[in-house]
Amino acid sequence: MDALFFWILAAAAVVASLLVIGQRNPMHSVMWLIVSFCALSGLYVLLGAPFVAAIQIIIYAGAIMVLFLFVVMLLNVPTETPTEGPRRLLTAGPRRFGAVLAVVLVAELAWALRRVQGAAMPVNAAETSVHAIGLRLYRDYAFAFEATSVLILVAMVGAVILARRESK
Amino acid sequence: MLAPVAAWLGAHGVSPFMLRLIVQLGLIVAVFFALQISAAVLVYMERKVAALVQQRYGPYLVGPHGLMQPLADIVKLMFKEELRPKTADTALFYVAPVLSAVAAFAAFSVVPFGADTTLFGLLDRPIHLAAADVNVGLLVIFAITSMGVYGIVLAGWASNSKYSLLGGLRSSAQMISYELSYGLSFAAVIMLAGSLSLGHIVDAQAGYWFGVIPKWYIFIQPLGFFIFLTAGVAETNRAPFDFPEAEQELVAGYHTEYSSMSFALFFLAEYVNMVTVSAVATDLFLGGWHGPFLPEWLGGVWFFGKLFAILFFYIWMRWTLPRYRYDQFMEFGWKYLLPAAVINLLVTAAVVVYFGF
Repeated sequence: MDALFFWILAAAAVVASLLVIGQRNPMHSVMWLIVSFCALSGLYVLLGAPFVAAIQIIIYAGAIMVLFLFVVMLLNVPTETPTEGPRRLLTAGPRRFGAVLAVVLVAELAWALRRVQGAAMPVNAAETSVHAIGLRLYRDYAFAFEATSVLILVAMVGAVILARRESK
Repeated sequence: MLAPVAAWLGAHGVSPFMLRLIVQLGLIVAVFFALQISAAVLVYMERKVAALVQQRYGPYLVGPHGLMQPLADIVKLMFKEELRPKTADTALFYVAPVLSAVAAFAAFSVVPFGADTTLFGLLDRPIHLAAADVNVGLLVIFAITSMGVYGIVLAGWASNSKYSLLGGLRSSAQMISYELSYGLSFAAVIMLAGSLSLGHIVDAQAGYWFGVIPKWYIFIQPLGFFIFLTAGVAETNRAPFDFPEAEQELVAGYHTEYSSMSFALFFLAEYVNMVTVSAVATDLFLGGWHGPFLPEWLGGVWFFGKLFAILFFYIWMRWTLPRYRYDQFMEFGWKYLLPAAVINLLVTAAVVVYFGF
């Protein structure tokens, strides 16, 4: 039963992700990305981590994608036309760079997949409870957690300063 | 009481597990239809309360005291023509209302509306009176509510009309702004109860202080309750915060271009969302099915009583208060409500840590 759900959700996540880059309309891309996030969240539930699943939906599918949508709607990005837009971008330089990045990504994926081969993910219900996650976050990983908060704060202040009108 | 029935069923090949399964499925179906019916009842209630506020009779012609009015409304909506603007984005235009309605129904699925029960001995083990039992229930509600905004935003965008787009934009900005205060008012209650499960939170409110005051969180979280209700009104796009559809400014906002059943789905979603927010408020702050005078198994009476009191308050507010100005509304959300919610959370956290609630 779990295996069936895993394959359905995994297939949904992969197909939705492919559709994200396959759309001409940025609005549709955003929607497919949300579908992909929801499938990911389902996978977390299968791993016995409902808290992470709910957070995935709240943060990514709920908050961040609403901002994406907001920006896409406000900018009113025209539908990509295949005749002029992409042609200009696909000069030799970006192509080579893109090829290098693709090779690096494939190498990284192969390396990562080789490492986890065979070893099934251990699922421990006590480890995924809110209490356990909180303890881990504030005790074992307190430095990383605080550093991330400071980073986000800096980014926020930076955004405010960039968006501020020039005072005369 | 019903144990003999269970025994008889058991003798005829219905195992206790199957019985629980059947009851749970029945519960899901019951919740689904109860929500639909409650939307119809709310439409009637809204029109009657509006009439009361405006000193007129309200619907009176269809059925006794106009009781059949919601039915007439539904029939009217079903026989209207389905319209679609020529330049609309077909797929998203039709997905949007469905998304709204699905999110509204799904959010209610984890809301418990009664104490765990064996149905008078019919079942071998008590079941939770909710369509689904999730131990992070509150987060699930929050997650699904935050998905509901897509219905409105997409409707606004896909209609390809200026008024709809403005409605959709306003809605997304409003949701993002008020979701923060909404979540923070949740968090204070979560800390007091020490659980994310709505059932546990309600059970933490059983009993009395000094034998008279019910241990409801509204008495120790009055500010939290106020923040929750205010943000809840903003989240459900109800007056006085109904900016996404402000009819004097935006014709009808995000659903300007919708008609017939697609419009009805938005309509349904709005009322179901109202029921969900009120039910969550009842569970979080008003002690759910706990209350004085009635025996434990009649807790449902308390639950629905409180639910309808909040719903009445919602409707009452809509017909009493004028709509805010949009900039004032945003300012209120970010400059007053959010700081108040943060302070409320910090004070609650300090109290919980030092006095070990």
